[in-house]
Amino acid sequence: MTAPTKLGATMIATRDLARTFKTRSGVVEAVRGVDLRVGAGEIFGFLGPNGAGKTTTIRMLATLMTPTAGEATVAGADLRREPQEVRRRIGYVPQGGSTDPAETGRGELVLQGRLYGLSKSAAQVRAAEVLRTLDLEAAADRFIGTYSGGMKRRLDVGLGIVHEPAVLFLDEPTTGLDPQARARMWDEIKGLRERGTTVFLTTHYLEEADALCDRLAIIDQGRIVTEGTSDELKRQVAGDVITIGVDGSRERVVGLVAGLPFVREVGEEGDGLVRLYVERGETAMPQLLRFLDSANVVTISIELHKPSLDDVFLRQTGRSLRDDAAAA
Amino acid sequence: MTALRDTLLIFRRSLILTLRQPVWIIFGLMQPILYLVLFGPLLDASVKAANVGENAFNWFIPGLLIQMAVFGGAFVGFGLIAELRSGVVERMRVTPMSRIAMLFGRSLRDVVIMVSQAILLMVVAIPFGLQIDLAGALVTIALLVLIGLALAPLSYTAALVLKTEDALAPVVNAVALPLLLMSGILLPLALAPDWLKFLSTLNPLTHAADAARALFNSDWGNPEIAIGAAIMSVLAVFAVWLASRAFNRAVA
Repeated sequence: MTAPTKLGATMIATRDLARTFKTRSGVVEAVRGVDLRVGAGEIFGFLGPNGAGKTTTIRMLATLMTPTAGEATVAGADLRREPQEVRRRIGYVPQGGSTDPAETGRGELVLQGRLYGLSKSAAQVRAAEVLRTLDLEAAADRFIGTYSGGMKRRLDVGLGIVHEPAVLFLDEPTTGLDPQARARMWDEIKGLRERGTTVFLTTHYLEEADALCDRLAIIDQGRIVTEGTSDELKRQVAGDVITIGVDGSRERVVGLVAGLPFVREVGEEGDGLVRLYVERGETAMPQLLRFLDSANVVTISIELHKPSLDDVFLRQTGRSLRDDAAAA
Repeated sequence: MTALRDTLLIFRRSLILTLRQPVWIIFGLMQPILYLVLFGPLLDASVKAANVGENAFNWFIPGLLIQMAVFGGAFVGFGLIAELRSGVVERMRVTPMSRIAMLFGRSLRDVVIMVSQAILLMVVAIPFGLQIDLAGALVTIALLVLIGLALAPLSYTAALVLKTEDALAPVVNAVALPLLLMSGILLPLALAPDWLKFLSTLNPLTHAADAARALFNSDWGNPEIAIGAAIMSVLAVFAVWLASRAFNRAVA
């Protein structure tokens, strides 16, 4: 599902990045010491419930907000000392959209290119390229007010890449999109990685983090609780679960398989089922079946359950992310 | 010269977008024209009673121009709030563009629209009896530009601080309305009680209106011209300084 971790050049590095807000009810610690490293060409996901500090972190990295403490280097420039240099090298797509309904898609893209210093003709050429890449050519000269949600969101991404940044920040890129538009957006984001752009995105959708991100960090209450590839994170959970249905004595089966090297834990379950916790379910299953055959155990059914990122989140924070996503 | 280049880019964009949705321009012009047509004719007697001039329209139109500049400038913050909400401002903040250009580009648009409205109002007022001294009218337009450069940045600053229309509307009204009433724009202050006369001398708009009237009536020796222009220049410089700070601040 996910590409192997690439340990290329570092594109984003933060050390102890923190941000507090003063509100009427006191000081709120939105982000409390985040350490991150994102390699070149990665799609890095920042997964967490609403209010976990995702947007605050991404806004700090995009120079929109000054950190209260800590340091960061983004695309080779120091966030505190050279924010202007950071701006030149990054693109940022905010959460709630970034366009004027009375402007055309092409008009916004040309202006954006010019604000990044391109000449008029260069900006026009680049706008046409971006419109083609994101399949917005047919709507290029229509007012954005007439666009669908998915088209608007693609244009937002286009505005973030018009100057071909080394790093693109996407804040909740698919929130509010229908499943079709979401799948479409995932393809666009993967396309960006293929062209060498490093993508840093926030999401509260498990499926998105799973399907799209090379590596991800789970953030909760302003702190990173765990980090790694989706597979690595899931392996932190007790492991994969294999459930087999057997004809005959369950105790005998439990006794037999308990000695196998890849089985971590085994136990009986109701309805003639035996439950095994294994390191890697997909390699354990064939071995297990061959072993049971040779031991003359009749296997009626076999089922593999891989832990989801929600199980990871549950284990790390004691809460389920799905409840939050459903509430949002 | 990034600042100049970016100012022109933002000016062009915001002018085009405003012209595509000209409700505010029409609204801004309708009000003074209604005053001109429905209120102006009532003034003849008052102007003569106060002994402030021969021609009611030469007394009234300069004030009306000031009122239009004040309202036109005071309301520009609403447009910025819409841009804050749509995410356009945030998107531009992440680009390396000049921060001051965000302010200057928009203010330039405001001034250009306001000057066009002023010229239109003057032309419409001629059949009603307005007599125009061309040089005086041109210097009045320069004075209106200063008022625009004072009011528009203040309105933008308020918009950046308050962030919602609901919060901005009462503030704009609470400031603009008393200033206008105390400036003798609608009726001659010569008829006012002494305390109101005194208060009006503290009001910058009184001096702007007096300056505009002197200009319209070719009264070039009137010291109010210099006083009005000086006060408005100081206000404009202060407003631009305040608004640049607001635009520079990182937090949206």
